Amino acid sequence: MSEIDRESVRAEVRAWLEANWDPTLSLIAWRNRLIDSGWGAPSWPKAWHGRDLPAAVESVVAEEMRRIGAVSVARSGVRGLATATLLAHGSDLQKAKFLRRALSGEDNWCQLFSEPGSGSDLAGALSRADLKDDRWIVNGQKVWTTSAHHADWGLLLARTDFDAPKHEGLSYFILDMHQAGVEVRPLKQMNGHASFNQVFFTDAVVPPEHLVGRLGEGWAVATTTLMHERRGADGLAAAGGKAAERQGPIHDEERAENAIAMEPYRWYPQRAGRVDLILERAKATGKIADPVVRQEIAKLLTLAKSAEWTARRARAAQAQGRAPGPEGSLGKLAASHVARSAAHVHTLITGADAMLAGEDAPMDGLITEILLSVPAGSIAGGTDEIQRNIIAERVLRMPKEPRSDNDRPFRDVPRNQV
Amino acid sequence: MQFAFTPEQSEFRAVLRRFLAEHSPTSAVRKLMETEAGWDREGWRALNAQLGLTGVHIPEEYGGQGFSFVELGIVLEEMGRALLCAPYFATTVLAATAILNAATEAEKGELLPPIALGDTIATLAFTEPNGRWDLGGIGMTATPLGSGRFQLDGEKSFVLDGHTADLIVVAARRPGSEGEEGLSLFSVAGNAPGLTRRALKVIDPTRKQARLTFDGVEARMLGEEGAAAGPLTLTLTQAAACLANEMVGGAERLRESALDYANLRVQFGRPIASFQAMKHKQADMLLEVQLAMSAAYAAASAATEDDPELTAIASLAKAGASEAYVSTAKHTIQIHGGIGFTWDNDTQLWFRRAVSSGLFLGDPAWHRELMLRGWGV
Repeated sequence: MSEIDRESVRAEVRAWLEANWDPTLSLIAWRNRLIDSGWGAPSWPKAWHGRDLPAAVESVVAEEMRRIGAVSVARSGVRGLATATLLAHGSDLQKAKFLRRALSGEDNWCQLFSEPGSGSDLAGALSRADLKDDRWIVNGQKVWTTSAHHADWGLLLARTDFDAPKHEGLSYFILDMHQAGVEVRPLKQMNGHASFNQVFFTDAVVPPEHLVGRLGEGWAVATTTLMHERRGADGLAAAGGKAAERQGPIHDEERAENAIAMEPYRWYPQRAGRVDLILERAKATGKIADPVVRQEIAKLLTLAKSAEWTARRARAAQAQGRAPGPEGSLGKLAASHVARSAAHVHTLITGADAMLAGEDAPMDGLITEILLSVPAGSIAGGTDEIQRNIIAERVLRMPKEPRSDNDRPFRDVPRNQV
Repeated sequence: MQFAFTPEQSEFRAVLRRFLAEHSPTSAVRKLMETEAGWDREGWRALNAQLGLTGVHIPEEYGGQGFSFVELGIVLEEMGRALLCAPYFATTVLAATAILNAATEAEKGELLPPIALGDTIATLAFTEPNGRWDLGGIGMTATPLGSGRFQLDGEKSFVLDGHTADLIVVAARRPGSEGEEGLSLFSVAGNAPGLTRRALKVIDPTRKQARLTFDGVEARMLGEEGAAAGPLTLTLTQAAACLANEMVGGAERLRESALDYANLRVQFGRPIASFQAMKHKQADMLLEVQLAMSAAYAAASAATEDDPELTAIASLAKAGASEAYVSTAKHTIQIHGGIGFTWDNDTQLWFRRAVSSGLFLGDPAWHRELMLRGWGV
């Protein structure tokens, strides 16, 4: 998109905001005005609250919104994945029912993919949906569901045919979370937080019009969701905080919304290892003078800086419009190494005090939280082992391993005993 | 900092890669590494006649091409990839850079044009048999003889191409001085009276090293007396950035060869590349080399921009590239299995270069310490 186009969009949205931004409105009233104008989701189709503009204008519109201090459409949580999936695969009825309320923030969403028996192997889902009296009856269990206790709707991947091969027997549904057949229980993690939930279905009901895409083609729909999840992973932590200093009831409403959405992610910086604290802590404990610790600090900083520069190379290649090289696929694996190495160095720097926790531990327990949160990074969002498979097969084009799970009816595929 | 190469730089790399593939196949590398000189004038002339590589970062007013450390880094990465046998690192990276950093205008005008033309092979004699890469390790003395002349006494070692260089830039100190005080740089002709040169037997025969004994050798001073600490430190920093780029070129070539072999080799009825144990190893190797590459590019960019963090970044890149190169070399032999341990398999040539380059200019532990000091830690 040319510079001229960007600037004409900028002028247009600026004029609209100057005429329409009204901080005295309620959050929902303002967002509905914004959605009606098409500036809430400018890259969406005109038929669905957008303006059919290229994705590149999103940043221009966001800049103008920030400049004037206007509140944006709701972005936090899983609703972005829901809307992207529905825009790609949803029926008109589904789009009409869900898109606006996702943008306005009236509906919260959660993602019901992972199960106790299928983590890395998502397509092995056992939760089942059976058609009875023209309604889908859902039974089974999901896990690692962020914000399920705040969700109004769930994106559900469930098996509708056990006789079809693994990937062909799955279907994709929109599930109403407010019903008797759905039970949400928090899942306490080893670091003491409970950011995720287990969700149990006992004859939960889904009306037939809430099937997304065609019956048996749920894996393709889920792939769309997963693609957006990977793409958006970096933006997650940036959702909150923007409105921190602005005054007025509409900003209070937005802050409350963000606080709920961001609550599960409070420990995520610690999960990444907090490399930013290393030098300050080493100086404070005096370990900075220990030549062995210095070497370990230097190894960590070498790794962290190299990973940062690798990400910068990937972004620079993208900005040049070149096909992404291998540097673009390595970020998650590199981040795992950085986090683990940081936890190791924090332990060296902290010494015996690293045996302590809570207010007895350094930084009121923050170091403890780092040590107990880092193991999640190399598992969540695709384990290191799955990342290595992806790098080997998609980047290095190495042959796939022979598999024995997709050439027979799913009911004959070996599965977990639980 | 520059994070993507320009189209011109990418084209430059492509030209170099084709040229080196043609002029430095492993058959040529194996032939030259068996000779005592380790390189031949004819190949060196071709390198300069066709591509002007010896003067790539020498400013145009001294007969060079006036490019930056980014282009120099590209040249070195490609040479490291091809394992080119040539006195390039000694001449262009070490000697020319030392002269650029330390010499007076008049000296630069005299010494650099023949280097840029490829007529003069030069090197830097810095390290001594103690193997130290800090300035305090220099023990060679320069005794004033009056009227601006000096006499050098002592011994230098690990001097790249020291037995074949026409011009040797030597670091020496005022008698009685120590540490960073009293250091000066001198130029000495390769055939100067009192200079004894001996080619060392080395682990990496594609890059020769020599021991030089100075017994009352008369030398010309370069730059200002007693003021070489700054220029020397900068030269070693820039050279570390350059060596990092050369190393990632070699590491990437090894990684590619390991992947090719894994795709080719069949055991248990399938290519070994289809085993997860192999895929995970290859993914780790890619990550390790890419991380080192990013650091090497960052160092070349920092050297170009005189970045205030250059010391730290160059040492970071040197340490990272050293670890990645040696590790990639070990994995590449392992992936080749028995054949990888044979003399005829080419992996060993890069393995030797990896070990040698990991130590030249200082080992990873030394550079990690320099990196922290560079950041004021």
